[in-house]
Amino acid sequence: MSQYVFQQLVNGLALGSLYALVAIGFSMIYGIVRLINFAHGDLVMIGAFSALAMVALGVPWPLTLLFVVVVGAVAGMTIETVVFRTMRGAPQATGFIATLAVSIAIQNSALMILTGQPRNFLFPAAMRQRIPIGTVSASLTDIVIIGLTIVLIAVLFLIVYRTRLGTAMRATAENLTAARLMGVAVNRTILAAFAIGSALAAVAGLLWGGKFGQIDPLLGFVPGLKAFVACVIGGVGSIGGAMLGGYILGLAEVLFVGLLPPVFAGYRDTFVFSLLILILLIKPSGLFVRHVEDRA
Amino acid sequence: MSKTAPEAEKASPLSGFSVAVATVAVVAFAVWLAQISLSAYLGTLLALLFINVALAVSLNLTNGLSGLFSLGHPAFMTIGGYSAAILTYPERRKSVMLPDLPEFLATNEVALFPAVLAAGLIAIVVAIVVGFPVLRLRGHYLAVATLGLIVIVQNLATNWSGITRGGSGLSGIPRLTTIWWAFGLMVLVIAVTWRVKFSSLGRAMMATRENPLAAECAGVSTFRVRMVAFVLGAFFAAIAGALLVHLISVITPKTYSVLLAFNLVVMVVIGGTGSISGAVIIAAGLTVLSETLRPMEESLGLYGMSQVIVALSLILILFFRPQGLFGSGEPIFIRRFFSGRFLG
Repeated sequence: MSQYVFQQLVNGLALGSLYALVAIGFSMIYGIVRLINFAHGDLVMIGAFSALAMVALGVPWPLTLLFVVVVGAVAGMTIETVVFRTMRGAPQATGFIATLAVSIAIQNSALMILTGQPRNFLFPAAMRQRIPIGTVSASLTDIVIIGLTIVLIAVLFLIVYRTRLGTAMRATAENLTAARLMGVAVNRTILAAFAIGSALAAVAGLLWGGKFGQIDPLLGFVPGLKAFVACVIGGVGSIGGAMLGGYILGLAEVLFVGLLPPVFAGYRDTFVFSLLILILLIKPSGLFVRHVEDRA
Repeated sequence: MSKTAPEAEKASPLSGFSVAVATVAVVAFAVWLAQISLSAYLGTLLALLFINVALAVSLNLTNGLSGLFSLGHPAFMTIGGYSAAILTYPERRKSVMLPDLPEFLATNEVALFPAVLAAGLIAIVVAIVVGFPVLRLRGHYLAVATLGLIVIVQNLATNWSGITRGGSGLSGIPRLTTIWWAFGLMVLVIAVTWRVKFSSLGRAMMATRENPLAAECAGVSTFRVRMVAFVLGAFFAAIAGALLVHLISVITPKTYSVLLAFNLVVMVVIGGTGSISGAVIIAAGLTVLSETLRPMEESLGLYGMSQVIVALSLILILFFRPQGLFGSGEPIFIRRFFSGRFLG
């Protein structure tokens, strides 16, 4: 395999990992409360900036990672308690207008406090070296992103499929009222889903900053939308589907840019969102899910 | 339903049409007075206010009456803005700013009216093409698909630099939009929306909003009705976008962003989804509010503050009065007034 193609693949996998991390949380939340959380992308931004603050204070990286997880979880739980819980049972449109408002409020509060100036976000120099693998090499940052994502997803699957909490989550997603009748503490389960999903998005923010080197208050908008595309590819509401969708989207995006002539490189977002519209048209339930509610 | 049904059939001393014409004439006179007495800045602000009202009411046609949750207005405004700007751009400057334009565009310089009309027609074509896949979607799927449309249009505007001059945008667009253009657009949009709302088409739109299945059973083609609403909204959005760039004389791919879509949704939701009077009042109020808060933001250095206030107030309104100011109807005194029965 030539270095160029290998580099593109690693790049695509790393990008796909980031999309997968954001998309999984998005999908978990949708699966349970049946509401698109427009503010989910902004948790990526919150994660990135809280990591930057810790780094500026000289906190070591493992503790920074822990801090980011906590901040993400707390932010997610706050959004759930203040907005989603109040809106539960309201018409769908009302609910997602509210999440859109939360997103705009978060973005503009960040603009107000941090200004729109992009800031540099650097992993330590050791992270930026290239690791040789046989005849080719990959940057350590990409390897860490891919590895950490796999670990996090494994932990998530253990939680969802091997613990009581996970069983409660799946039951609530299946049928909220029935789960409540069976003695599931529904509100606490939803809170946990928000905490886990938002923490994943915040970690994605830290990794996003490390990969691209610059962060700004509006950083979360595009990952948020692309996470939705990833969910649609895999079937909204399914965790495995969101993960696969994220990887497919990341690889497709990188291949689109890497394999076509450079003039097309700028049209990457056009490609992604045309893909979204195309999939919604041809296979609205996603590529991997046999049947969920219809969307037309 | 009978509460919001048209009541103009009853005998009345004045017809609704003459009341409407008289109202427009009175408001136009007030605008004329304002124009000769106010500073240039306030004149521009008033024009901006009219355009915002037109935008909010046209979005109400799509989102309010038909229950589509489209966030695509900025996409159509961008399309309209660029189309009209390229048409009206002074010919001698085109060779410098846009040397790669096709021959027929490079050697022409069009007046504002045909340019705006062309912008609207282009938006209609785009809306029909996009509408086919997108309007099959429901609720928030439509919302995200139209957000995607905004990203696509911005992305194309940034990269298609032969036509759009890329990310740096077009500046020095002639300031052709007077307050009367803005006023005319507002009157046109309100009149059309009002006529649509109290017609069988409008009833069909509301029927698809309330219950698509029941509407289909009653013989309403849901898809057709949604398409009409979407295309009309896109047409007006493009015209408003075109007039706006000829007011502020510059357009970049980011001029009309998602934030604008959000603010328009705020106007529609707070005013009452489907209520024309509500959209007019809130659009005017919000424009004035954000203009008054701007100097404060600048002096405090807290950019984004007014937007945070708007977003938080929307959340509060959704908590305490989710139906908005007027629900989906028009207040009774306004309906009486325009049906000509205010005298007795």
